[in-house]
Amino acid sequence: MDWIPHVSILAAALAVSFGAIGPALAEGRAVAAAMEAIARQPEAAGTISRTLFVGLAMIETMAIYCLVVALLVLFANPFAR
Amino acid sequence: MNGSPLATEILFRLGPVAISAPVAVTWALMAALVLASFVATRRLALRPGRRQAALELLVDALRQQIQETMRTAPEPYLPLLGTLFLLILAANLSSLIPGIEPPTARLETDAALALVVFAATVWFGVRARGLRGYLATFAEPTLLLAPLNLVETFTRTFSLMVRLFGNVMSGVFVIGIVLSLAGLLVPVPLMALDALTGVVQAYIFTVLAMVFIGSAVGESAPPPKE
Repeated sequence: MDWIPHVSILAAALAVSFGAIGPALAEGRAVAAAMEAIARQPEAAGTISRTLFVGLAMIETMAIYCLVVALLVLFANPFAR
Repeated sequence: MNGSPLATEILFRLGPVAISAPVAVTWALMAALVLASFVATRRLALRPGRRQAALELLVDALRQQIQETMRTAPEPYLPLLGTLFLLILAANLSSLIPGIEPPTARLETDAALALVVFAATVWFGVRARGLRGYLATFAEPTLLLAPLNLVETFTRTFSLMVRLFGNVMSGVFVIGIVLSLAGLLVPVPLMALDALTGVVQAYIFTVLAMVFIGSAVGESAPPPKE
């Protein structure tokens, strides 16, 4: 029996699911902090949201890395025959 | 969306060079952008008409973003960054046209764009500080951090590529899956979300290019760590 497809699918699912936890928590904290900052100082909303967007993109990259690893495992697996 | 998102199918051959679908779509987008800018900049008037006003609004917004992010005169960087923004925006939004897959959903296109940003970073850095001055920025806090700074230069180019690829490709992928599961009109809200993601990613790519070039040129804005 060939185990590689089964292990690959399991690894891809694990990578995406566990890889999403950290960025999700981090994005929640970042948005909460930005909301608080805007509520305290509404005149700085432009600068804060611009920085927030860039920061969110940075955090999101971690989840995207996991997605790319999952895709590599599924579609470009070097060990699959 | 058929099969692997990492493989490209070949559309036609131009002599020995194989032309894939993303390349053809990119050429079409480039031609459309060049034609649109050419048409929009004919008969410029001091009292702008509607088309010229929209164009001036766009260019002004870009200038202001560069000014705020890099804290320097935006003129040397406006052509490159504006073109990057418009091309990525057009490429991301081209997924709304039926039958066209956005070229940014392919790793090769994003790699090319990230390499353009990398080359521009080195070019503007060397031009602003001289070769010795630019190389000296790698040993900036202490000489011990030079390997780390060198690695960071490459990893941030890599992450620029992977970020755009992952976001756009995952949007296309999800729409394909939902379409195959649910049917005709169900993916429409997802496509709206995809359009929003496309605009945000084009903006973020451009802002990050600004930040990288700004840190190479040597302004007060600190480079983001990854």
